[in-house]
Amino acid sequence: MTEPVLSVRNLEKSFGALKATDGVSLDLRPGEIHALIGPNGAGKSTLIGQIAGNIRPDRGEVRFAGRDVTGLPTGARARMGLGRTFQISALAMEHTVLQNVVLGALAARGGAMRFWRPVLQDGALLEQAEAALGRVGLSEHTAARTAELSHGQRRQLEVAVALALRPRAFLMDEPMAGLGAEGSKQLTGFLDGLRAEAPILLVEHDMDAVFALADRISVLVYGRVIATGTAEEIRASREVREAYLGEEDA
Amino acid sequence: MSTLLLIEQVLNGLQLGVMLFLMAAGLTLIFGVMGLINLAHGSLYMVGAFAAAAVAAATGSFLLALAASLAAAAAAGAVIELGVIRRLYDRDHLDQVLATFALILVFSEGTRWIFGSFPLFLEVPDYLSGPVTLFGGIQYPLYRLVIILAGLGIAAGLFLLIGRTRIGIQIRAGEADREMIAALGIDITRLYTLVFALGAALAGLAGALVGAIQSVQVGMGEPVLILAFVVIVIGGIGSVKGALVGALLVGLTDTLGRSFLPGLFGLIMEPAAATTVGSALASMAIYILMAGVLLFRPRGLFGVA
Amino acid sequence: MRERHINAILLGGLLATALAAWGLDQPFTITLATKVAILALAGVGLNITLGLGGMISLGHAAFFGIGGYAMGILASHAQNYTPLMEAPLLIEGTNSMPVIWLVAIAASALAALVIGALSLRTTGAYFIMVTLAFGQMLYYFAISWPAYGGEDGLSIYVRNGFPGLNTLDPIQFFGLCFVLLCLVLLFVARLGRAPFGLALTAARQVPARVEAVGLSPYRLQLVAFVLSGAITGLAGALFADLNRFVSPAMFSWQTSGEIMVFVILGGVARLCGPVAGAALFILLEHWLGALSEFWHIYLGALLLIVVLFARGGLIGQIAGREAAHD
Repeated sequence: MTEPVLSVRNLEKSFGALKATDGVSLDLRPGEIHALIGPNGAGKSTLIGQIAGNIRPDRGEVRFAGRDVTGLPTGARARMGLGRTFQISALAMEHTVLQNVVLGALAARGGAMRFWRPVLQDGALLEQAEAALGRVGLSEHTAARTAELSHGQRRQLEVAVALALRPRAFLMDEPMAGLGAEGSKQLTGFLDGLRAEAPILLVEHDMDAVFALADRISVLVYGRVIATGTAEEIRASREVREAYLGEEDA
Repeated sequence: MSTLLLIEQVLNGLQLGVMLFLMAAGLTLIFGVMGLINLAHGSLYMVGAFAAAAVAAATGSFLLALAASLAAAAAAGAVIELGVIRRLYDRDHLDQVLATFALILVFSEGTRWIFGSFPLFLEVPDYLSGPVTLFGGIQYPLYRLVIILAGLGIAAGLFLLIGRTRIGIQIRAGEADREMIAALGIDITRLYTLVFALGAALAGLAGALVGAIQSVQVGMGEPVLILAFVVIVIGGIGSVKGALVGALLVGLTDTLGRSFLPGLFGLIMEPAAATTVGSALASMAIYILMAGVLLFRPRGLFGVA
Repeated sequence: MRERHINAILLGGLLATALAAWGLDQPFTITLATKVAILALAGVGLNITLGLGGMISLGHAAFFGIGGYAMGILASHAQNYTPLMEAPLLIEGTNSMPVIWLVAIAASALAALVIGALSLRTTGAYFIMVTLAFGQMLYYFAISWPAYGGEDGLSIYVRNGFPGLNTLDPIQFFGLCFVLLCLVLLFVARLGRAPFGLALTAARQVPARVEAVGLSPYRLQLVAFVLSGAITGLAGALFADLNRFVSPAMFSWQTSGEIMVFVILGGVARLCGPVAGAALFILLEHWLGALSEFWHIYLGALLLIVVLFARGGLIGQIAGREAAHD
């Protein structure tokens, strides 16, 4: 089996008496979409935070691209190629669409400590940014101010910014959030093709998208992974049904 | 250095500390409840001092003067809250800084216009002047001792007010969750005015009490305001307990630094250089203390992480 | 009206005022114009942190004062023919403006590095209070350090020199300050469009995103703070040379507040906002000051009106709220 791009081993994180992450282990292998699902309050956000580097785990290890990155800050992990999208769009609203994507490409292409030459005259940088915008279908809106975009377009831009980083792996926190049926379908199609480029760890509430896309699914409940497997296996799992649907069945 | 001198300086430090607490408590409450950074708090301190000096000059009564300082500062606080400050709660910090900076200009120049540029003097009344003999034969000014006790008493009262009364519950609810408090049916506008006036009254009282030791003049408030900011950074924004601990730390550090640092440097340097270096360093001691807190506890000693 | 046109009018107007005053032999007006250029420069420095970076520094007097004292200390040693330091290496005072400027820039940049590194550990209201406090610390230090005048300040009897110019001639000194202002404005205009400006303005809006794309908001803001402090320090050195006098007042919290007022009156994050603001401030000081001894009351009232009702400042009112820095 090929070595995973991203792996999490025995991760633990408590907030006071609450164990938000309780011994979580999971892998993201090359070429796969690995979906992380679980009811609200299962600890998905805390887990994502620890993988991205915003939250420091109490115990355990995060490995990315063959290195132990547990002690590295967010920025360093991003520079190693961990591309992230946020649950609530984190975009510079005063900037244009193009500027947001250029920002995404900046770290890999010369960094931000350049003080003289206008950033929008940097051909290579622009090319990379425009290519990313083209792929998510925002080519016609490059000059628009981000605040003017619709919610759906902002979700697309969110993905484009992560693409511009040319990541080795994606960490996507509910990319479908707030999209209509049509938008979800489009984005599902796009992510389907993206996995060949870089694997995706996908946190998502849209179960149609999850079951359509995921090669493997992990189910997080009360900070523990109670099952990992293919869509079929997860559908068939009794534990998952009990944990996930417990309240409704009872 | 003698023990007597040390005790005297510790008392001086406490006296500065409790006065800073009166300033910082109001600032931190106003920040905690309304999210407002108020640069004009020093002006309210000045208003209290001028009101006290004017009333004392007219009536000769120190107690009436103190009452006047409370009333004038609370009234000035309520007026600016109604006229200006309440428009700032929803604004960003920059607008708050600018508007309250503008208020400083108006207050300072307005006071200069009314009272002139010369300092006023507020006399300590006879029954509070002169030294008092403490344990171990320490002679200490009675008035300063009274300030310390009054300050500690007010601090205790404030903790009771916040911990035990209806208003206190509302204040704490306001700090925790601003929407919740409206949902509870509390008149939030009135609560804000009340908290602001309360903070103003404390500042005004501090101005009057200190005004009897130092001179009462335009511009007296802002150095104290900045010290109170240092107190809040050390204690943690929004925490009255932090304000008390921070105020005592700052008061003691400043007073003891000024008294003893030159002497300490004298042990390793020639006297003239030691005095220079020691007093320069003493003037910076509390800021160095603040820098240390920032390094290890950027949210302050009692701040929410 | 486009902001670019307003900028041209502002700078052109300042230059024209000085030249007209020169033609009419009104040296006092030239001095006022010089003061505008220097205070605008201080504001342009602050505007990097405030406008681009969104960091509300209420302690820029620290850098203004350090720049001023860099001039005062170097020039006073040159004036008294005493070296600053003899061992381990000999450092002498100087009357040369370029050297003084470099020292002022370096010293205030260093101070900004230390103050910024500490202050940027906090955000929001804490940052305001901490920068204000550090400024006050230097104020008290300047008062308590007797070697350079302490509370009384330090007078320099002859204006420092610049190769090939007679700096005592008001119009030549104005020209020097004006050229420096324009050069710094050019730099800041480029800065705003360069990768650094993009990342810094993004860090103001969405720090989490900036981190997630592999950049460090802290480093961006610290570099911005240092650049900003250095420019304000340069302005401090020029201001000291204009007055031929430095005193702890340059470090006072009022100075910090006034530099911020220039930026706000003109319009935050507008390239030439500080020029408009400083010009307005000097005009008000001149007119209202003649009208009433207590002109600060009117200044305060005006500032209140601008903050409460006319957000965006002077340039914002003319150019509209859109497209700052365009």
